[in-house]
Amino acid sequence: MRWIWIDRILEFEPGKRALTVKNISLAEEHLHDHWDGCPIMPASLMIEGMAQTGGILVGQVCNFEHDVVLAKISKAEFDGVAGPGDQLTYEATLENLADEAASIRGMVRKNGQEFGRIDIIFSHANNSLSGVELPEGFVFTGAFQRMVDPFLEKKDG
Amino acid sequence: MAMSEQDVLEKVKETLVEALGVDDDEVAPEATLTGDLGAESIDFLDIVFRLEKAFDIKIPRGELFPDNILNNPEFVQNGKLTDAGLQQLKERMPHADFSDFEQDPDINKMAELFKVQTIVNYVITKVNG
Repeated sequence: MRWIWIDRILEFEPGKRALTVKNISLAEEHLHDHWDGCPIMPASLMIEGMAQTGGILVGQVCNFEHDVVLAKISKAEFDGVAGPGDQLTYEATLENLADEAASIRGMVRKNGQEFGRIDIIFSHANNSLSGVELPEGFVFTGAFQRMVDPFLEKKDG
Repeated sequence: MAMSEQDVLEKVKETLVEALGVDDDEVAPEATLTGDLGAESIDFLDIVFRLEKAFDIKIPRGELFPDNILNNPEFVQNGKLTDAGLQQLKERMPHADFSDFEQDPDINKMAELFKVQTIVNYVITKVNG
């Protein structure tokens, strides 16, 4: 299983905002454990979906040269639950950008309706964890890169 | 128009309540960020981001919460700040009250310099010039 909790990028404005979509399917194994007979998308995975959306937004600013990692969940509020057949969208807006970190404000929508708010602070692993050996490029794998490339190519030409 | 200290304190309080998830009445001027309010390292960055937005100011890295002092051997010896280290910290933190800390500049007590009032003093210099 790949740890990717967004299906596709819908809109991408470099340095400003990113909008992604996640279609929840009963084919996903975790829904059979959470919970048997009552499948609910775990809030932690929706936060991860927003973190991936925001992480791509933040990472692209530095051309993915830094590994952007989730450092703090400043806010995570949900108005209900989501399950199989629901479509989630994650909209991340860049709020702050510094040399060593960045923050985003996130809006989650379920089937087009506002459903949750998730604000996240990211840190650059390369800068903040000096002394700790991390594999280079462990965050932005090919899958994320392929998702965002079409938007960047369109912008370039 | 210049902001009063009370106005700044109220806004700083709101910022810390949001950043640290503490209650309003915990955020007293003399409360320390780490000891009393439970701030961790990443929270300092969150606080800086929020202050910049709340007061429409720019806070250069290391200005409110100085860095690169403790890792300088000229400034730290035997777990305490040297005279040069203390002098350097005072110059970089004119917004902090050193009266207690300078009696015993143990680096483990340095966090006590970061009080709610320290932030208020700093913000006042930024918003009122």
